[in-house]
Amino acid sequence: MQDSKSAVRTFLDDNFIMGGDVDLADDTSFMKAHILDSTGFIELITFIEEAFGVSVKDEEMVPENFDSLNNIDAYLQRKKTAA
Amino acid sequence: MATSTLLPDDLMEMDCAEEAERISRMMSTIVGREFRKRGVIIAISGGVDSSVCAALAVKALGPGKVFGLMLPETDSSPTSLSRGIRVAEQLGIPYQVEDISPALDALGCYRRRDEAIRILFPAYQEDWKNKIAIAGGQEGGFNYFKLVVQSPAGETFEARLPIREYLQIVAATNFKQRVRKTLEYFHADRLNYAVIGTPNRLEYDQGFFVKNGDGAADLKPIAHLYKTQVYAMARHLDIPDDICNAAPTTDTYSLHQGQDEFYFALRYDSMDIALWAHNHGIPVEAVAERLGLSLERAKAVYRDIEAKRAATRYQHASPRLVTPVLEISD
Repeated sequence: MQDSKSAVRTFLDDNFIMGGDVDLADDTSFMKAHILDSTGFIELITFIEEAFGVSVKDEEMVPENFDSLNNIDAYLQRKKTAA
Repeated sequence: MATSTLLPDDLMEMDCAEEAERISRMMSTIVGREFRKRGVIIAISGGVDSSVCAALAVKALGPGKVFGLMLPETDSSPTSLSRGIRVAEQLGIPYQVEDISPALDALGCYRRRDEAIRILFPAYQEDWKNKIAIAGGQEGGFNYFKLVVQSPAGETFEARLPIREYLQIVAATNFKQRVRKTLEYFHADRLNYAVIGTPNRLEYDQGFFVKNGDGAADLKPIAHLYKTQVYAMARHLDIPDDICNAAPTTDTYSLHQGQDEFYFALRYDSMDIALWAHNHGIPVEAVAERLGLSLERAKAVYRDIEAKRAATRYQHASPRLVTPVLEISD
């Protein structure tokens, strides 16, 4: 599995931040920093499923799993452990 | 402070006669003096919002200066058309029914939509039915959409929509609102009329419209009224009972789809109260108590209001200029 934080960071840079002035720390909330709206989260989750080969369950689509680089990394670690 | 004080039972009450007078006066001024138009076009869906707008337009301009359009397509409910015709005839306005299905067919609306549906459900055929339902936001998660399909035998299947299929289904379906608007402006140009948009406050605030589709209009006379107030206005204006009592639907997908199921977190009357409370800075605890929701659910509703405003800011945005042209502004 590739490094999730750098892969997601690149995805967000390329598709959402697009040269904007956003300081994306590992614990930055994508919602609070106005990086992603609800459609953006659906895009992010589709990217994560395809890039990391995981299947995100409906009940897992919550901010605790996807609203920061740290949350995504922890979520993917849990999925890997559970697999 | 007690909830009954913060959110009194009568917070949606208004003087309908006075408000109808004020709106119709404004409509007359905007259409005639500001836009220099001779009347208005209104697409009458058979729902309460467009019926109220049509009645207000008649009050403002007289029945001879209001032209009604009923624009059904393959997936529309036949009830919508019959209700629309009844409203137009009751108001005494000229109207025309134009089936937009051939235009939609030519544009590939149904084909493009069905291509995306078949990626999730390969067995889907033209005689199946479909709809999209919102999920997630009410439980504190992200808003996402589910595709629901039903075979002619009545078997129902559903799946979460990945982003590409979701966007294609919505993009294809948006042809419906945009083709309707194209026809509205054809008639507006032909008659030198302005076009009325019919969103209520919930729809306008939460971005429940198609940009350059039903969102396009010259005047939106009830965009400040909560849905509960639109129903009250409908009764005041003698709109037929079955329209006053009908629950709001999208009438866009072939399976029945309530607006709350497709888009809003709660039924319209509760959503009105939640939005009013949010707009007036009322603590979320009072909303939970008034609507009988858990505190968590009420917080999710507040978050959802903000999330939808953020997600639909683009819907409201007028074309941006890199440098303002100061000589041309409102």
